[in-house]
Amino acid sequence: MRHRAFFWFILPSLTAMILLIALPIVSVFVQSLYVEHEQILKVTKNCTPFGCKEETTVDFEATQALTKEAPLGKFNGFDTYANRSHLAFYEVKTAWRTADGLQSFFSNLMNLPFYKALAFTLSYTFIVTPFVIVLGLAIALGVNALPKVIKGPTIFVSLLPMIVTPLIGSLILFWMIDAKGIIGATLQIIFDDPDLSLKASPALTWITLFVYGIWHSAPFSFIVFYAGLQTVPEETLEAAMIDGASRWQRVRYVVVPYIAPLVTFILLMQLMDNFRVFEPIVGFSAQANATSLSWIIYNDLRGQDIQLFGSAAATSMLTILGVAVLLTPVLIRTWQQFNRKVV
Amino acid sequence: MAAAQKRSPSLVLFLNGFVGLWLMIAAGPFLWTLWGSFKVEGDFFSKADWTYALYGIRTLAETGGVFTGNGYHGAWVQEEFWRAALNTGIVVASTVVISLTLGTLGGYALARSGYRYAFWLLMAALVFRAMPHITLVSGYLLPFFEWNIWGHLPTTIIVLVAINQPFTLWMLHSFFLNIPKDMDESAMVDGCTRFQAFWHVIIPVMWPGVITTGLFSFLLAYNDFAVTAMLLSQENQTMVPKIASFLGSTFDAGNIMFAVAAVVSAMVPLFFLVLFFQRQIVSGLTQGAVKG
Repeated sequence: MRHRAFFWFILPSLTAMILLIALPIVSVFVQSLYVEHEQILKVTKNCTPFGCKEETTVDFEATQALTKEAPLGKFNGFDTYANRSHLAFYEVKTAWRTADGLQSFFSNLMNLPFYKALAFTLSYTFIVTPFVIVLGLAIALGVNALPKVIKGPTIFVSLLPMIVTPLIGSLILFWMIDAKGIIGATLQIIFDDPDLSLKASPALTWITLFVYGIWHSAPFSFIVFYAGLQTVPEETLEAAMIDGASRWQRVRYVVVPYIAPLVTFILLMQLMDNFRVFEPIVGFSAQANATSLSWIIYNDLRGQDIQLFGSAAATSMLTILGVAVLLTPVLIRTWQQFNRKVV
Repeated sequence: MAAAQKRSPSLVLFLNGFVGLWLMIAAGPFLWTLWGSFKVEGDFFSKADWTYALYGIRTLAETGGVFTGNGYHGAWVQEEFWRAALNTGIVVASTVVISLTLGTLGGYALARSGYRYAFWLLMAALVFRAMPHITLVSGYLLPFFEWNIWGHLPTTIIVLVAINQPFTLWMLHSFFLNIPKDMDESAMVDGCTRFQAFWHVIIPVMWPGVITTGLFSFLLAYNDFAVTAMLLSQENQTMVPKIASFLGSTFDAGNIMFAVAAVVSAMVPLFFLVLFFQRQIVSGLTQGAVKG
C-alpha cells in the first residue's frame, strides 16, 4: 500500500489515539509537576459588645480567582513524587534507619499509601496470573474429555465469569461472602465462629480478592487452551501411541509443545490486565485492607473536598512506568522476531 | 483426539467431576443472585437459615407471595435506573459503531502495508492497550473541566472509542491479513482506486471479523467503570457507575435489594450476548493466540 493511501486510511484512528491516549499521558506528566493552590486565608476581626476576636476563614473568592487564573496549580517540580503519598523518600529512609530488622521495615513501609498499593498490585498480578493459567488448563483438559453434546453449554457457562462486568461480578461475590450472605454464613458455621468476617482482616481480604481474580480470568485461559487443544493433530498422537508412548509421554511430548506458545500469550494479557486491578476493590469495598495503584488514582480524583490532580497524576506516571517495565521483555522479543522476519 | 486416547474410567470420572465443580463455581453465583433478586432482604441476606432464600419464607410473610418485584420496582422506577439503562444504550451503540468504522479503515491499512512504520504503529497500539484506563482518565479530567466538556455523553463516547482503538486495530488487522491480498489488488489492476477496492471488494467479505470485533468493543464499553464513573455527571450516568453509586446511598436506607435488582438487570443483556454469539466470542479470544 502506498504511503499516501495508508495515511488517509489510518488517519481517523491515529488521530483518536494521539489525541486521547498519547496526549493525555503528556497531560498527566505536566499535571504531576504541579500541586493544588493552597487555600487563601483571611483574618477578619469579629467584634461583639464583649470584645473583639480575630477569626481566620478561607477566602473562597480569592481562592477561586486564583484557581481560575492558573488551573494547574502552582509549580512543584518533582516534589509530589517524593512526598509521603508517593515514593516517600524521607519516610522510607527513616523507616530503614529506625527499623530493627526487615520485618519491621516492611511493616512500616506498608503504612505508606503508595507502597501499600504497590504491594497489593504486585501480589495480585503475580499470584492470580499463574493460578489462572493452571486452572484454565485443567478446565480445558476436562472439557476436552466431555461428550460433544454438552461441550457447547459447558463453554457457555464457563464464559460467564469473564464476560460479566467486573464491578457486577465482584458485587455478586461480595454479597455472597457477607456475614449474612450464603457463603459468609456457611463459613461461620463451619468454623464455629459467629464473628468470622472475610472483610475484617487484611489477609482474608487479600485472599478474597485473589479468588475473585482467578474466578474472573480463568475462563479466558480456559478458552485459549481449549482452542489450542483442538489444533493438536490426531495423527501425531496416534503415531506416538503406536510407538509405545505412555499417556503421560503423549501429553508431555505432543500436547505440551502445541500449547506452550499459548502460555506466553495468556501471560502477557493477564499481566497487563491484572496490573490494573481496580473494580474488585470498589466492588468488595476492600479499600481499608487492600488498595491498588489504580484505586489510589481513582481515590485522588474523586477527592472528598478537592480533587488532587497533581497527586493522581504523579501516581499515574509511576503506574505507567510499571506498565513499561512489565512490557519491555515482550517488546524486545517482538522486535527481535520482526527483525528476523525482515532479514 | 478423543478416539486416539482411551481414558480409564476413573480418570474420566475425575475430569467430569472437576468440570462439574467448575460449572457450579462459574454459574452458581449468578443463579443465586438472580433467584435472590426476587426475594426480600431478610431472605437474600438471612443469617439464620440459608434455605430462606430458596423458599422465600420472609418474602411470603412480608409481601404475600413467594416472589416479589419490589427490588426491581425500587431500582427502575424509584431510583430511575431506566435513565442509566438508556444512557448505557446510547454510549455503547455509538462507541461500537464509531470504533468499528475507524478500526476497519485503520486495520485494513495496517494489514496491507509492508512498511516498517506499520509495525511500529502496531507496537504503539500494544503499549496503549496496556495503559490502565484510570491513568488516562487522570489526564483528561482537568482539560475537560477547563473546556467545559466534562459530564456529557459525547465526550465519554469519544474517549471510549479512543481507548478501544488499539484493541480494535489489532483484531481487525489480523483478520484482514487472512483475506487474500489478490482480491483487492486484482480490483485495483482493473482500475479501482484503493478506496474503491476496499469499498466494493473488502467490505462485502469482512462482516464475520467486524462482528467479532464489535462484540469486544461492546463488552469494553458496556463493562467500563473507570471512564464512565469519572467522566459522566450524575444525570448522565450509565448503568455500572449508577450501581456503584447505589452502594453509597442504599446501603444505609436498607434498600440493598434495589442494588441487587439493578445488578441482575445489567447482567441479563450479557447473558443473551454470550448465548447468541458464543462462537464469535470464542474465536475472537483465540484469534491472536492460536495463529500468532
